[in-house]
Amino acid sequence: MTPTDAVIESLGKVAATRAATDSDSVGGVPARWVVSPTSTDEVAETLRLAGQHDLTVVPRGAGTKIAWGAAPRAADLVLDTTGIHGVVEHAAGDLVLIVRAGTPMAELQDTVATAGQQLALDTPLTGATVGGTLATSTSGPRRLLYGTARDLLIGVTFVRGDGVVAKAGGKVVKNVAGYDFGKLLTGSYGTLGVITEAVFRLHPLPAARRVARLRLPDALAAGKVALAVLGSQLVPTAVELDQEGDGAVTVTVLVEGVAAGLPDRTATALGLLGDGATDGDELPGGFGTYPFDPDGTGLKLTSSLSGVGAVLTAAREAATAHDVPLLVRGSAAGVLYAGLPNDVEPGTVAAVVEALRGAVTAYDGSVTVLTAPAGVREVVDLWGPVPGMHLMRRLKDELDPGHRFSPGRFAGGI
Amino acid sequence: MGGNPKSLDDLVVRLRAAVGSDQVITDRQQLRTYECDGLAHYKVTPAVVVLPHSTGQVASVVRACIEAEVPYVARGSGTGLSGGALPHADGVLVVTSQMRTILEVDATDQRAVVQPGVINLHVTRAAAPDGYYYAPDPSSQLVCSIGGNVAENSGGAHCLKYGFTTNHVMGVEMVAPDGTVVRLGGRAPDPPGYDLMGAFVGSEGTLGIATEVTVRLMRAPETVRTLLAAFPSTDEAGGAVSAVIGAGVLPAAIEMMDALAIEAAEAAVQCGYPAGAGAVLIVELDGAAADVEAQFGEVERHCRDNGATEIRIAADDAERALFWKGRKSAFAAVGRISPDYIVQDGVIPRTALPEVLRRIASLSGSGGVRVANVFHAGDGNLHPLVLFDDAVPGQAEEAETISGAILDLCIEYGGSITGEHGVGMDKAKYMSRMYNDDDLDTMQMLRCAFDPHNLCNPGKIFPTPRLCGEVPGRHKGQHPLQEAGLAEVF
Ligand SMILES: Cc1cc2nc3c(=O)[nH]c(=O)nc-3n(C[C@H](O)[C@H](O)[C@H](O)COP(=O)(O)OP(=O)(O)OC[C@H]3O[C@@H](n4cnc5c(N)ncnc54)[C@H](O)[C@@H]3O)c2cc1C
Repeated sequence: MTPTDAVIESLGKVAATRAATDSDSVGGVPARWVVSPTSTDEVAETLRLAGQHDLTVVPRGAGTKIAWGAAPRAADLVLDTTGIHGVVEHAAGDLVLIVRAGTPMAELQDTVATAGQQLALDTPLTGATVGGTLATSTSGPRRLLYGTARDLLIGVTFVRGDGVVAKAGGKVVKNVAGYDFGKLLTGSYGTLGVITEAVFRLHPLPAARRVARLRLPDALAAGKVALAVLGSQLVPTAVELDQEGDGAVTVTVLVEGVAAGLPDRTATALGLLGDGATDGDELPGGFGTYPFDPDGTGLKLTSSLSGVGAVLTAAREAATAHDVPLLVRGSAAGVLYAGLPNDVEPGTVAAVVEALRGAVTAYDGSVTVLTAPAGVREVVDLWGPVPGMHLMRRLKDELDPGHRFSPGRFAGGI
Repeated sequence: MGGNPKSLDDLVVRLRAAVGSDQVITDRQQLRTYECDGLAHYKVTPAVVVLPHSTGQVASVVRACIEAEVPYVARGSGTGLSGGALPHADGVLVVTSQMRTILEVDATDQRAVVQPGVINLHVTRAAAPDGYYYAPDPSSQLVCSIGGNVAENSGGAHCLKYGFTTNHVMGVEMVAPDGTVVRLGGRAPDPPGYDLMGAFVGSEGTLGIATEVTVRLMRAPETVRTLLAAFPSTDEAGGAVSAVIGAGVLPAAIEMMDALAIEAAEAAVQCGYPAGAGAVLIVELDGAAADVEAQFGEVERHCRDNGATEIRIAADDAERALFWKGRKSAFAAVGRISPDYIVQDGVIPRTALPEVLRRIASLSGSGGVRVANVFHAGDGNLHPLVLFDDAVPGQAEEAETISGAILDLCIEYGGSITGEHGVGMDKAKYMSRMYNDDDLDTMQMLRCAFDPHNLCNPGKIFPTPRLCGEVPGRHKGQHPLQEAGLAEVF
């Protein structure tokens, strides 16, 4: 029996296992096998066997962000979570949802919507699962009002590198017993453990919404308008900024709530935006999506609230200086996304990233390269400076001493 | 570890050099001030108290403790209710009361940067002139510190809508248990890397000492409306809560008190709640005026439909303050109707409220111990006050038993053994009822990553410590720490 056959036979007793194909590669690194467990226990058993065969493991949901992060040093076994699927419990009266990690976010939202509820977290990439959403901590426009995955996750079940199942948190919103592992796993890119089940706090679906918008030629002016909205008592659900190729920025304010309250609040929003603002019922095209293609370079730019206008301006200047089409879109909460097409020279991408890192520093921010073509990865530090790295390394060593999970995919080569 | 007078003397010399003689207390009488936190039945006099002024001084203190292998515990205002700041007899207590500077209030960025000893309410006071406030509002907010809030992930009445401390902390500078100064997060959201700050908040002083905290400020709402509704019993009041939440309304706060708690509050602060009420609800809505107006009527209707016997609407801030006065003073108030009491803190799914309250009522009874209920009804966070008289033989034990049985009820209903007061020293023994060995072992891996020497607030949270570096399930002989005589303190 070849080693390949041996692995397939051994894992196959636990869950469906097959040889990997080209499309299973992770950030350009070919995978060898794909295993598809359907429960937490099967994940645990799979990981114990992976230990016996000394395999590196990359957890994967729908794969919408599998190319995010650095390329792993090895990806022997892709652990496909899509079979760990479905809602375990929707306690509508308690506004709590327990869901398996492989469940698509859209399916989750459909389920809770039947009770007039929502998980108040956007899904920027269609098809994403709960697990992948948590592992990369993606968010969208609604973060302004509701926070991000870390704020909505109240309990988590996961499997450690040695196959031990652990849980933290619970199924009540208020709970301070024990360490908050949900937060550690959120944004960990599958390098600390395999999330198999999540418990979320839900919110009521707003009864009605109205959208107010204004297009401004100047990014600094747009930043100012957005700040004025944030500093008002309007309580918008989202304030988005969208910078087009010509540098003009559209500010979009999403107001949600009781229908009877909307006319007044919309008038306030229009007043805050200023001359030329318009309103309507529909969200604009592209709302809450990333301004980059899967094969291009995707950046996340963060800053303090007052830095947003300046970051947009810096992006425009970098685009002009390097003659590249740089689209920027994101939340006035201080989280913008920027995109460069696949065919931009790696050296140019590196220069743009460097310019932006220089610009965000004054605003306490950071620039993370979420995803990029292979050539770009070779010349750009994807994460930039990460404070607390020595503690992160020790945490990784504790939870995954064999560095079995996605080695090298995370910051600092973790 | 510790216990060695020679090494303690040496340590005191080092501490004096690091922070100045005035800021090191070794006088027995003065040390007694620090022997307990808000949970006064655990008392331990620390060997040394230090009162550092700066991050650098805290770092020097921690490094000195590491070198001397002496345990240390951080303390803010000492209002904690789980014995989290309980000192070690042979250890150092690091008190942040000299670190009370609000370093910056930036309304534009909606952030404040404060030292850890800053009092919770002072942040809101500093931000108020700009129209902002700091949302987490524990009832102890007049005295408790931001550092303590961060350590406990403290909540408050308004957490139903706005979340807990963890949702409002944007950045932490801390002295890690390895003596390094680490800055996590800041003014910008989503710092890259693992969310260590998320794990630090709520870690009860076991993962390091916070030396500077950046918090989110919120814009004061355009409108606040508050009503007080009286009900024949907690059943009807619970029904009203369910109806309000079920209608998709998210109030800023929904608080409930039962007859006994009302009686106590009345005796203590004369809040003038409706006479003879079996339960009262305080419901507060805030936000954009148009939104609040539309929903307030709905809340009133749900109260009425569920049998409210009287509804009062606060006409102004003064009346609102009076509604809240009864609620916020409830813990202390029970002192008026009972010589001794235990403040319990547990959580149940909100929908289980009526059932659990009935079961709590059936627990109290036989030996004269009574239970008064005050709680955050919106999120199922119960604060049963177990009333007893220490002078009556057997009552203290019975109270302890009932208090424990309430936590068992919380676990039975899928809730938590603590919603905001923390595990600390007091509830470590209950942790294994809520989590299994693997869960706890995993949590301790985080502790080991931060504090491999187990010197930073040891003995809290976990029922049995994990020796760091230990491979689970593969014990061979004595652990090196045990051999070296360092482990028995754990
Ligand atoms: C009357 C009363 C009402 C209360 N109401 C509420 C309430 O509504 N909601 C609520 O959540 N709590 C409440 N509490 C509990 C208590 O006030 C909170 O837990 C508070 O956050 C403790 O703050 P403190 O400064 O007093 O901390 P301390 O009691 O001094 O310490 C608490 C814990 O924090 C750690 N710690 C302190 N400072 C630091 C630091 N700088 N870095 C790291 N760790 C540190 C300590 O080691 C300890 O483990 C109440 C207490 C009382 C007495």
